[in-house]
Amino acid sequence: MPTRRRALVALAFLILLALASFAVALAAGSIAVDRADVLAALTGGDTPGAEIVRALRLPRAVAGFACGGLLALAGALMQVLLRNPLADPYVLGISGGAGVGALTAILIGLPVAGLTGFAFVGALAAMLTVFGLARGDGSWTQTRLLLTGVIVAAGCGALVALMLTIAPESKLRGMLFWLMGDLAQVAHPWLPAGALLVCLAAALPFARELNLLARGLLQAQAMGVSVPTVRRLIYAVASLATAMAVTSAGSIGFVGLVVPHLTRLALGNDQRLLLPASALAGGSLLLLADTAARTMVAPLQLPVGVLTALIGVPVFLFLLTRQPK
Amino acid sequence: MSAIASAAPLLETRGLTVTVGGHTVTAGLDLTLSPGERLAILGRNGAGKSTLLATLAGLRAPSAGEVRLAGRPYPDLSARDAALVRGWLAQTAPDPFATTVLETALAGRHPHLGRWEWESAEDARLARAALAQVGLAGFEARQVATLSGGERQRLGLATLLTQAPSLYLLDEPLAHLDLNHQIASLELLARQAEAGAATVLVLHDPGLAARYCDRVVLVFGDGTVAQGPCDQVLTARTLSCLYGYPLKELADGGRRWFVPA
Repeated sequence: MPTRRRALVALAFLILLALASFAVALAAGSIAVDRADVLAALTGGDTPGAEIVRALRLPRAVAGFACGGLLALAGALMQVLLRNPLADPYVLGISGGAGVGALTAILIGLPVAGLTGFAFVGALAAMLTVFGLARGDGSWTQTRLLLTGVIVAAGCGALVALMLTIAPESKLRGMLFWLMGDLAQVAHPWLPAGALLVCLAAALPFARELNLLARGLLQAQAMGVSVPTVRRLIYAVASLATAMAVTSAGSIGFVGLVVPHLTRLALGNDQRLLLPASALAGGSLLLLADTAARTMVAPLQLPVGVLTALIGVPVFLFLLTRQPK
Repeated sequence: MSAIASAAPLLETRGLTVTVGGHTVTAGLDLTLSPGERLAILGRNGAGKSTLLATLAGLRAPSAGEVRLAGRPYPDLSARDAALVRGWLAQTAPDPFATTVLETALAGRHPHLGRWEWESAEDARLARAALAQVGLAGFEARQVATLSGGERQRLGLATLLTQAPSLYLLDEPLAHLDLNHQIASLELLARQAEAGAATVLVLHDPGLAARYCDRVVLVFGDGTVAQGPCDQVLTARTLSCLYGYPLKELADGGRRWFVPA
């Protein structure tokens, strides 16, 4: 029985988790910063520690949390839209499209703004290709859509491999880091954060409609969902969320698939709870993963996408093999 | 039931032409259904019964003519307004995500709830009562994926009862059901009709149609239909023609059954 109270309790717990993740992310790093410095940074104090937190760690933490939340939210929305638990920005080739765009920009030596623009265009192009085939309904279309995504992703993978092969040595490292997901490159951390708020605000009013949409388009329509309107809106939101996250943080290909799954296994499939919970959990996961990535073998920084996969895969396999009730 | 529903027929078609994949199911069908009436739709496999039913439910645009629900054509109604008046049971209900029986039945309350409203204790009571009516009491916490085909079919009916429409459109509500549940489901729907609802059932057994429906529409599959009261339309001769196989009528007291000759 879904109740608002249960949802609020779960969300309160996840908000605490998110705050804890921020605390860890702001305090941890190669230069020791104590709790007083973190507090000073947030309240406007100007100790040297506070300066480090404010200038370096806070923007990166905000970007990490926002991108994780956006990816998880996009994954959850796509899974309902396509009625397929395997859908996610990575599987559907959208991250691949952004990757091709970004690598092209690096290859021809564009500055950061150009890279962002190219990545956004790449994500959008992949999305239009894949979702353009979503017209009509029926299980065949759903299968075709997923297969289209897989094929687009494979094609992008081939292009990426080609570009890596012909790239000069000096650019190779930057390209590889972008591909594996890198939060150090985020130029405007408040942009993805704003996008996360906008996407949540747009999707949440339609959460109960999405519950019905998961049962099939005609069933949903018969139960009072204005299917074409809701579908268009959710496509737009999922696309914006994905493009924004992938453009900011590079290709992090695990959060969108696994976080909604984990959340669903833990809390059920009520979208009213699942959507905000996925966003919070995805943000926390990426934030913690990024903190670990930059501190574990400091001064070396690991690509965060590798770490999310290393954390997520065993957890996911464990939950999957757990006996259903 | 709203004030409009009592003034106009619950369901009315005018010159309804339904086509699917280049073949005509009905051409210029006029049909009226008032509260308390029970209509059966019979026809061969592939004749277009489900397509006709989906059109009557407003889920598919007709090729020509119009369908009115409680006096208003479907395009004038929001999805939610329509869902408050008519319920539709699909032939198959895919469920790609894990969900419990109670949650599924509760989905029927959707059109009754405001955008930010959650299901109340009263909604849960309605859903539990509906589950009990179809013999699924005690199944509330079960995962839908673990149900048998017949249990899923009855869960679909319970979801519809939770929705509490005035017009029930059911596509093969007896599929996967054993005989006792077939009769129990038909009795349940008959009680809804006695309480003032109208029902439209796509059925396969003309005998059950004769026993549980007042009127029948025969869909021949070439655009022609025959409609009228069951005792007039359901004869061995028309049914033999409908199914393309000779049938004979067996009388059992006041009831009539049709079996392959």
